[in-house]
Amino acid sequence: MIALGKIARSTGFKLSLLYLIIFAFVASAAISYVFFNARRILDEQIYSAIDNEVQMLTRGFERFGPVGVAKAIERRKQQPGSFLYLMVDPFGRKMAGNIEEIEPRLLEKSGVSEESYKRVEDTDAVEHQAIIRVLVFDSGFRLLVGRDVEERARLDAAVKRASQLAFLVICLFSVAGGWFVMRRVLKRVSEMTETTKTLVSDNLDGRLKVTGSGDELDRLAVNLNDMLDRISELMSGLKEVSDNIAHDLKTPLTRLRNRADEALRTATSEDELREALEANINESDNLIRVFNALLMIARLEAGNAQADMTDFDASEIARDVAELYEPLVEDAGASLEINVADNLWIHGNRELLGQAVSNLMDNALKYGVDENGVMGALAITAMQDGEFIELIVSDKGQGIPEEDRERVSERFVRLEGSRTQPGFGLGLSLVSAVAQLHEGALVLGDNNPGLKAVLRLPLRKRVEEAEHREV
Amino acid sequence: MTLMRILIIEDDTEAGQYLQKAFKEQGHVVDYAADGLDGYAMAESGDYDVLIVDRMLPKLDGLSLIRSLREQEITTPVLILSALGQVDDRVKGLRAGGDDYLPKPYAFSELLARVEVLARRRSAPVSSEQTSYQVANLVLDRLSHRVSRDEEEIMLQPREFRLLEYLMKNAGQVVTRTMLLENVWDYHFDPQTNVIDVHVSRLRSKIDKGFEPPLLHTIRGAGYMIKVGGEAER
Repeated sequence: MIALGKIARSTGFKLSLLYLIIFAFVASAAISYVFFNARRILDEQIYSAIDNEVQMLTRGFERFGPVGVAKAIERRKQQPGSFLYLMVDPFGRKMAGNIEEIEPRLLEKSGVSEESYKRVEDTDAVEHQAIIRVLVFDSGFRLLVGRDVEERARLDAAVKRASQLAFLVICLFSVAGGWFVMRRVLKRVSEMTETTKTLVSDNLDGRLKVTGSGDELDRLAVNLNDMLDRISELMSGLKEVSDNIAHDLKTPLTRLRNRADEALRTATSEDELREALEANINESDNLIRVFNALLMIARLEAGNAQADMTDFDASEIARDVAELYEPLVEDAGASLEINVADNLWIHGNRELLGQAVSNLMDNALKYGVDENGVMGALAITAMQDGEFIELIVSDKGQGIPEEDRERVSERFVRLEGSRTQPGFGLGLSLVSAVAQLHEGALVLGDNNPGLKAVLRLPLRKRVEEAEHREV
Repeated sequence: MTLMRILIIEDDTEAGQYLQKAFKEQGHVVDYAADGLDGYAMAESGDYDVLIVDRMLPKLDGLSLIRSLREQEITTPVLILSALGQVDDRVKGLRAGGDDYLPKPYAFSELLARVEVLARRRSAPVSSEQTSYQVANLVLDRLSHRVSRDEEEIMLQPREFRLLEYLMKNAGQVVTRTMLLENVWDYHFDPQTNVIDVHVSRLRSKIDKGFEPPLLHTIRGAGYMIKVGGEAER
């Protein structure tokens, strides 16, 4: 019963039912058309046969008189499959014919009609249907010629039987076909339902089966699988982040607490207390920065900064950042090489990209020193590469080993040797998140020696399109 | 800084009390409203120099409050505080009629500096249209882009000129590093390293070195200030 209910509710069932109704309707229309045409032709044949017979008998009446016609009728009615005849004199007395009973009023005037009658030779007293034609002669004699329509009734019956059978066959095939199709579809849908149920209750590792047929269900399965991948990715990202946050923020918080504790225990003057408090405020400010950065990365990854995107020239950002950092680089005893091409139009958020390139510069300044502690030349480059523009910050430091390049963009990841520098390991995460928001990527490469950090962003779409948007 | 009348509209009472206390310590007069409707009523009737408005408020949210005030042609400067931290938050806030925006969490010194600049803008709105600024013997001419001290011309890079212009426009007030990055470079983020410091110290070496008295002061834990008089006492 449950299975039946499920089938009745299924889309497959509803579709089959709909097709069944449409098909039955079309089939009955076709059968009716054939039937009524056949009947019309049959009727026409009967009428013209009766007309011929009447014509012949009329000619006989004109030549041989009523008696001659009566004789002819007596002869003709003997033939197999004969017409129906009745000849009466002006006083209504029967002269000849094979009709036993008929309503007398029918003979009163000429005309064609369909009536019931009884034959002379019939014993069962059953009335039959016939098409009759009555002719009243001037002399008062009346002639009736008719044809039994039994044949037509047989056609009706045959058509009725045939349509019933056809309808039954249609129903059977529709139900069987629908059931077959449904069972296949339902089976796959049930499988998908089962899989998703386990996904919800157990873990997100399972994936829906893709048959490779490329049909609607396959496409649905592929999309759902993509969605699951994305969810898993987000979930593991979330877990990792919360683990990392807990771990990495514990250290500064402990330091904060310990410093306050120590100041309370050992400080002997107001100055010492003040110093400890100020140090704690600095530490707190750092923590605030970390939280701000984390929030920002999370928001960027959620992708809801799209609203504030405009079209602008990215070369401007490269020049701004270069100008902003040049004094700092010079103070560090190095030089900043600036190679910025013109007209690098992109669609994006100027603020975020400015911050991203600044982060790359910060990193270059922190890690751009070689083994001997000497800062090599830094370079900031902006150029077009096919459908992309590249904002590149490169240094001559020790670079990042190839196997670590993926990892450093993750939150809180700090490589060995970088821990002596201030920072929380969020800079590159932010750059990477900004790149993703712009449908670009952060690519870390080798500068031989040093690091070449490339912020690769898609070039603004066609100019007309962009201008249209501005209007 | 002269006395300011400040209205704080903030639903977090603890944060509200902290702010009230902190501003009072600076010698300012502070009123406090805990929801949007109260805040609106007070802002409409009171004469304040600055409104500090939290974005998320019960009864009437911060942006609607600001929009309504502006429709009533109340032009009191508004600083928006926001815990949302959305990337486009700032733009939305300014579009609603806010004058400045500070994401939570913030340092009080940053808030104070920004509020003071806003209040000054209200009390002396003409100053932004001034064609030249003068602090002691330092003169900056906005039209001819010339800077001189003791009649002696000082050559500045275009960015250094804008930096000095902003500092002199807000002479006697603390400007933070973030404010400088915003107003001189037009980028709104927290400068991670000492990029701004280097620019300021270069500027200082040009305008202060070899002259008396020193004008460009570093305010510890807050930012910078141009003023006459040696000590930076905050």
